[in-house]
Order: sequence, then C-alpha cells, then structure tokens
Amino acid sequence: MLHTVNKSSFERNSLQSCLDIIDEKSVILLLEDGVICAADNTKSSMLAQLAADGKVFALKGDVEARGISAKLAENIQLVDYSGFVDLVVEHGTAVSWL
Amino acid sequence: MATKKFMYLNRKAPYGTVYALESLEVVLIAAAFEQDVSLAFIDDGVYQIIAGQNTDGIGMKNFSKTYNALGDYDINKLYVSEQSLSERGLSEADIMPIVYEDEDDDWAEKSSIKIVSNAELTKIMAEQDVCLSF
Amino acid sequence: MKIAIQINEGPYQHQASDSAYQFAKAAIAKGHEIFRVFFYHDGVNNASAFTVPPQDDRNVINQWAELGIKNADGEPELVICIAAALRRGMLDESEAGKNGITGNNINPAFRISGLGQLIEAGIQAERLVVFGD
Repeated sequence: MLHTVNKSSFERNSLQSCLDIIDEKSVILLLEDGVICAADNTKSSMLAQLAADGKVFALKGDVEARGISAKLAENIQLVDYSGFVDLVVEHGTAVSWL
Repeated sequence: MATKKFMYLNRKAPYGTVYALESLEVVLIAAAFEQDVSLAFIDDGVYQIIAGQNTDGIGMKNFSKTYNALGDYDINKLYVSEQSLSERGLSEADIMPIVYEDEDDDWAEKSSIKIVSNAELTKIMAEQDVCLSF
Repeated sequence: MKIAIQINEGPYQHQASDSAYQFAKAAIAKGHEIFRVFFYHDGVNNASAFTVPPQDDRNVINQWAELGIKNADGEPELVICIAAALRRGMLDESEAGKNGITGNNINPAFRISGLGQLIEAGIQAERLVVFGD
C-alpha cells in the first residue's frame, strides 16, 4: 500500500496513526504540510527506521516550497508528481491520512 | 460487477466539521452497490459512534442514530481502534449498540462493532482495494 | 492505468485541489487515464463558474477545466456531489430550476451527480487517491 500523509506531526497525529498500522510491505509519501515530517527535527526519530529501509518519500515541490531542502532528515527520497504517480501505480491501494 | 473491498476511514469527531456526516452519507449510498464495505473508526473518529450524543444545545442535527440503520444495509463491519478508545478514556461500553441480523445464523442479532488492536487493523487495511478518507 | 481522484477541499483555502491537479496532470502525461475526479465536501466549490482570482495567481478552476477530463461520450468526468453542492449553494441550471432559484454557477467543464459516482469510480478505476484536509 501507499500511505500518504499531508500533515505536520507538530500539528496533527496523522503520521503517528499511519505508523501505528502500516505493514512491512507499505511505503509512505509525505506531501503538502506532511513534508515537515521529512525535515530533521525533534520528531525525526518517528520515521528514521522506515527511511533507512528506503520506504519514505517526500514530494519535492512541497519540500522546496517550504524551504527545507537543505534540512531534510537522512534517507528521505524526493519524488516529483510523476514519481508520485509511479508510487500510486506500483504500491496498490492508496490510503490518505488526512 | 466485480466486488471490491471498500474501507471508509473515519478519523474526525462529528459536528466540529462535516466530514463524519458526509462520510456516513457515502456509506449509505455505497450499500446499493453491493461491495464489501468496512468502516474504521480511528483517532477522534471514535466519537462518531459514542453513545449519548445530544445536539439540542448546538442547533445541529444529531445523526448518530443513522449508524443503527447500517445493519439493514448489510454493512456490519465497524472496526474501532482499541488504542484510540483507551487514549481517550473510553471503552466498548461507551459506544452505541449497533447491530445487524445474521442471515447465516437464523437472523440472530449480532453486534456490528468490533474493537480491534493495531495489529488487527494492519491486517484489515492490507486487504482493502479502495480506501476512502474523510 | 485507470486512476480516480477524490477531492475533499475547496480551492485556495487548502492545497488539496492544487496537489490533485498536479497529480492528475502528471498521470495524464505518463499515459494513464484519469477515470473521474470526484469533488466532495467543500471540494464542490472547485466547480464555481464565478471564481475570479487575482491575475498574478493560478486559476484553480480553469486549470481543471483545461485538463479536459471526459468520458467516451464526451461528458465531463469532473463530477461534483449533488448533496454536498446543493447545501453549499453550487447549482447548475436544472437544480436551480427545481429549487426555484434564479441563476446557476457550475463551470461547464464540471457536472453535478450523485455519490454513487464516487463508489462507481472506486469500482471501475484501478486506483483511487484521496486529497483532503
């Protein structure tokens, strides 16, 4: 599955709720304010292991718009909208954690 | 028409925003399509089906009774996150009785509510073909 | 691949419609089919024919209209939910007439229909992606 998270974990618990039930075959795409979860900050440990496993993606346009390109946590993979489409196609059912 | 597994993911409390009400409206329409329907109540979504809702003081329609009708539409898989309940000081006893009649068991009345762990939710989610989030 | 989209938020207030548009544009460019875009909740406001954004900003409504998402019969597959639309004052000519209201405000690239269209999109499309708040 592809799980998308569009909220900062400083604002809502969408990322935590996603992490609570994500399975080992799934990946996460961070978009909109969700890219704040991709920045190196006090909540980065939430995603560190999944990122190290290559399962965390962030939408490049949203990262750049929020000025955090140089402040990303380790192992976050950037994708453009075309890459977003590929993730949807490759990973089956999409689940949005709004 | 092929049958797919549809999950309705409800994570918001009722009344403060319209998501809960309009999600329920979709579920009622969905019944006519004879798909395999499940509802998940996670995070503040658990307040959608809490017992004792009274909207007299806010001038809005109390739509909580409508969940009781779901059983008549063969929608009887309402999964409620155990963790979300306990985080909020709630338990199964705080949830409205929502039942259906099991045609495979001589129309015995059974609860549509299933309190599930995160591990169970993980498994249920993994089986879904379509997930509608509200 | 056949992909459907659900949008829960109106234009300008939330990024949902912009994200969905960029996603849809990229999917079409890659040769995928956008089977239907279903606008629900405040998302119905994306169909307003009366939107006048400042000239130096994008026009969210026109962007959708220009994508020209249609079915084989040439009908728009930018669909706004009738129940959500009526309670938010989004009316086409037919609904305005039925409700005794003069005027209508649905951009012709969109059409009003029932919630069944969302379920049908979930059944017919191979993927359904939700954008919202």
